[in-house]
Amino acid sequence: MKRTALALALLIAFPLAMLAIDHLFYVSFASRVLIYAIAATSLNLVLGYGGMISFGHAAFVGAGAYVASIAIAEGVTSAWIGWPAAILASALLAWVIGAISLRTRGVYFIMITLAFAQMMFYLVNSMKAYGGDEGLTLPQRATLGFGLNLGNEVVFYYVVLSILAALLYALHRLVHSRFGRVMVAIRENEARVEAIGFPVYRYQLACFVIAGAAGGLAGALLASHGKYVNPNVLHWVQSGTLMIMVILGGLGHLWGGVIGAVALLVLEHAIADYPIPWLAQVAPNYQQHANLGVGLVLLGIVLFAPQGIAGLLSRKRHA
Amino acid sequence: MLELKGVSKRFGGVVATDNVSLQVAEGEVHALIGPNGAGKTTLIAQISGSLPTDSGEISFLGNPITKAKQYERVRAGLARSYQITSIFRRFSVLDNLALAVQARSGSSFSFWRPVAAEAALFEEARSIAGEVGLAEKVHSLAATLAHGEQRALELGLALATRPKLVLLDEPMAGMGPEESARIIELVGRVRAKLTVLLVEHDMDAVFRLADRISVLVNGRIIASGKPEAIRADAEVRRAYLGDEVAA
Repeated sequence: MKRTALALALLIAFPLAMLAIDHLFYVSFASRVLIYAIAATSLNLVLGYGGMISFGHAAFVGAGAYVASIAIAEGVTSAWIGWPAAILASALLAWVIGAISLRTRGVYFIMITLAFAQMMFYLVNSMKAYGGDEGLTLPQRATLGFGLNLGNEVVFYYVVLSILAALLYALHRLVHSRFGRVMVAIRENEARVEAIGFPVYRYQLACFVIAGAAGGLAGALLASHGKYVNPNVLHWVQSGTLMIMVILGGLGHLWGGVIGAVALLVLEHAIADYPIPWLAQVAPNYQQHANLGVGLVLLGIVLFAPQGIAGLLSRKRHA
Repeated sequence: MLELKGVSKRFGGVVATDNVSLQVAEGEVHALIGPNGAGKTTLIAQISGSLPTDSGEISFLGNPITKAKQYERVRAGLARSYQITSIFRRFSVLDNLALAVQARSGSSFSFWRPVAAEAALFEEARSIAGEVGLAEKVHSLAATLAHGEQRALELGLALATRPKLVLLDEPMAGMGPEESARIIELVGRVRAKLTVLLVEHDMDAVFRLADRISVLVNGRIIASGKPEAIRADAEVRRAYLGDEVAA
């Protein structure tokens, strides 16, 4: 509880501190990090709590991003229409992909979710009306009303933070609900859950759809944030990045997605922006290969802290 | 209560169960015995619904269930336990049993209300823990229990679904004589309330508990009847019982 309050206090104070030292750029960067935190948290529901190794989560983030962007491009700028539409579209997509993929297990499940996401990638690549492979530039961010201007970086940050906080609270409730217990039990021992009388498939599908819907919302926020969307948001590398965030942060930890997103994006940023002199002497181009550093950190986590950074911090699994 | 007609299952070229017909009457303890590899566990999987049946028919309480999903069979009152312990190792004993109670009491598509607030679930889970002799261990993690206690929890999970018929696949597997005696006593107690199909290698237990015995050899039922008749059956002795019982 104390830690949650502390984390929230830091997140709330962050833009004020940046304003004070006149580093507004970092507020925008932090918004991006928090949007990835939402996406990674939604994947954590499937991957960490549900034990379903979905390698296609970018499909839902991407579908949400495209639906929200197309709405704005067509002149429907209200977030109250664009974001629910993004959530709905991603939920529907997750329902279709899940209904088929969840009939398979193991490597087949990984491959089939990947295949679906790649199909979506090529689909938007061919949508010439909405930019095709060049992507879609938006004239503005979504509008929220109530005197809240999302074009303002600080306002946008607080809106994203509110959504993330609401999502974390909802996830906390879900994990401790009847549904959440069944999901965690399926992860632990699927055959036994079926043998005590639960239709495992339906529970997994519901979990998959909820996660997809939340991923769609992250996509909508991402599109508004950059005022731009392109097919790479659906690329399999994006799915992999989200997976890395969850594993880095902590599978099945409430804060796993958040910690992973912060750690990965800050690490990438730090490697690219702050040269280490001795390393630059040995390997002059190392900063263009930030993933090498990320890879090493990930390797360390997987080997020495299989429960991720959250596991190191708390030593207690949330479910 | 449970009826199998010509039930078969093959894995590639291997015939695991071959035209098995079997009747389990309400209230009886029906033992299924046979040498290793006879197809006993396959048959249990077919009856419980975790393994689809190639041919033949299974009916339970007069209704055909050959095509029914496993969870549908459990809801109809047909539960199983496993030969290889299958529990939720990272859950406490109480959480294990509460989950099984949850499966049959109300919808679990409930996303907001904490399970912990549902006192009735845990009260019933506690009473089942008592039934299987785990009353003192309700807060222990399942993974930390002794082997015999895990086997008791395994049985508890099956009983927590409140079955009318329970399929027990070698409930005494890997147990010492003292623990076995406790399970024998437990099965003796639950038989008053429900029907049992018992797969077991411990012949002492089988002859003490069973009202009727069926013998499965190479996927086929070679004999079915009262314990005395099975004990005396020449074919059974040759195929399975051997000198162990004759002596």
